[in-house]
Amino acid sequence: MDDLDVISGEPATASEPVAVVGAVAEPRRRDRRSPFEWVRGGDLAALAFALPMLVIFAAFSWYPITRLVVLSVQHTNLVDPPTWVGLQNFREVIADPLFATAVRNTAYFAALALLFGYPIPLIAAVLISESRRFRGIYSALAYLPVVIPPVVGVMLWKYVFYEPSSVGLFNTVLGWFHLGPYGWLQSPGTAMPALVVESTWANAGATVIIYLAALTAVDTDLYDAASVDGAGLWHKIWHITLPQLRGVLLVTLILQIIGTAQVFLEPYLFTSGGPANATLTVLLLVYQYAFGNSVGVGFGDAAALSLMLAAFLAVFSVVFMRATRSWSTK
Amino acid sequence: MISLRLRRVDAPEDPTGGLLSYTDWARRDIKLLFGSAQALLLVLLVLIGLGPVVWLAKGAVTPTIDTLRNPLALFPHGVAWSNLSDAWSKVNVGRYFWNTIVLALGSWLCQIVVATTGAFVLSVLRPRWGRFVNGLLLGTLFVPVVVLIVPLYIEVVHPPLIHHSFAESYWAIWLPAGASAFNVVLMKRFFDNLPQELFEAARIDGAGPVRLFFSIVLPLSKPILGVVSIFAILAEWRNFLWPFLVLTNSPDRQPLSVRLPAIQAQTQLGVLLASMLIAALVPILGFLIFQRSFLRGSGFGGALKG
Repeated sequence: MDDLDVISGEPATASEPVAVVGAVAEPRRRDRRSPFEWVRGGDLAALAFALPMLVIFAAFSWYPITRLVVLSVQHTNLVDPPTWVGLQNFREVIADPLFATAVRNTAYFAALALLFGYPIPLIAAVLISESRRFRGIYSALAYLPVVIPPVVGVMLWKYVFYEPSSVGLFNTVLGWFHLGPYGWLQSPGTAMPALVVESTWANAGATVIIYLAALTAVDTDLYDAASVDGAGLWHKIWHITLPQLRGVLLVTLILQIIGTAQVFLEPYLFTSGGPANATLTVLLLVYQYAFGNSVGVGFGDAAALSLMLAAFLAVFSVVFMRATRSWSTK
Repeated sequence: MISLRLRRVDAPEDPTGGLLSYTDWARRDIKLLFGSAQALLLVLLVLIGLGPVVWLAKGAVTPTIDTLRNPLALFPHGVAWSNLSDAWSKVNVGRYFWNTIVLALGSWLCQIVVATTGAFVLSVLRPRWGRFVNGLLLGTLFVPVVVLIVPLYIEVVHPPLIHHSFAESYWAIWLPAGASAFNVVLMKRFFDNLPQELFEAARIDGAGPVRLFFSIVLPLSKPILGVVSIFAILAEWRNFLWPFLVLTNSPDRQPLSVRLPAIQAQTQLGVLLASMLIAALVPILGFLIFQRSFLRGSGFGGALKG
């Protein structure tokens, strides 16, 4: 009992002997732990296990993120010491006529990709989920283009399907109807839609699989109840399937917008941003600033534009989540 | 509840319990509408999903002249197996194939080490600073990797503290691949759901963190390790921009996805198509073998892209 008084610093009463030790002594021991206790307590082991994560993320995620912000307000060329220029890089980028073009093209790509790639996977998934016998075959076929390396996909479409001469695959088929040949990638009007078609082909399968998984989670009792009440097919789709899927529909919507805002490979490999900058996207402009002419000169502009894109996407995601939160969970 | 649902999916002959009820299937107009829509979808999927792959396989063994004359003719002048061997040895695809494998394995190893040990700390050991680190990790999910190419590139070419450029080195690709917060979150969520009693029992039996990690956590995590592995390897196989930037001046060390566009101009079409088929073969075969893991993880793959 005398010991208790010393440790807790309070007069111990007979009614609360052990509880006082636990409640008062513990935090004090935590505040002043000897190195020996710290090791015994497992913190050293935790630190050792966390080391790969901490080192890799510090070097290749947290540091570059900080560096991106710093670069955006600097002029750098990798040789001379960097100079601080405030918001000049941002002003330069916004004043660049190509900036407006790139933003417009990226928005156009995203809009077309939604138009082609948002409803079709949903319809396909609803049809596939009703066919229990061939479900596996359907999903495998839908997913196959997704596993093809993007570079191979783009090259196949560029040099075979979209080949502008009459022996291009599409032009061959159209030739049977005495149409064409068309230069799909060579005309500013069709270049962007052509990119979106290939991109949709390459990515839609993944969305189908997401919807299929979500459809199996729909409570089938709802369908049964609706059937008993005499609801028709369209009623069930409109009043049960779609409302039950709304959470997933919102997630795929935002993922697709975020993904298409970062489109790079298709415009880079198909058209290099041409013809007449018709397929110049934001990330392609970042690439051109940073590595286009002489490496290093445009690092500041590239960082500023990257940062604007990242900030836009982060703000957009948060606003989108907030705006649709009540709707998606109700 | 779960078993009921599984039985429904597994019982193909029972058409009830879905969007279409038994009475719906009995109605001729709905059966006709839905049935023909499904048939149409199958035809479209074969055409769109399988068609390009089959055409690529055909083009890879068709003489260039035939492909250039009519891309839809079926072997009018025989099969040119030589395309494949030319691609492998003369165009050096064998070498680039090997580069791709080495890059993919290194990135895989780095991702697995970071994700398993990191998630083990955050989920099982749970030190006091774990929440802080976890917050920093989740924050990086908001930053798309691709916006970091400029600072990453500068860092690799002129690393701070170390006066040695990592450009043209595989380390410049392996190590940054490990910084995937998504892997750690995925792994952590899996560890969180492992039975806590096991950890308690092991601790009481005197097992330390190392023993806990290797003898209990890792053996129980085979499913999630499989999914993360498949997507790590696949992602590196698909990677273009980063290896293109950091391996610019060493063509002999570049992976397939970087080399294919580069060799296009001076390679005849048949051999180019053969090279492309070789590049696509590993992911396609992997998909056919590990179909379940692929389809289970594809939702994550979509999220990964974002």
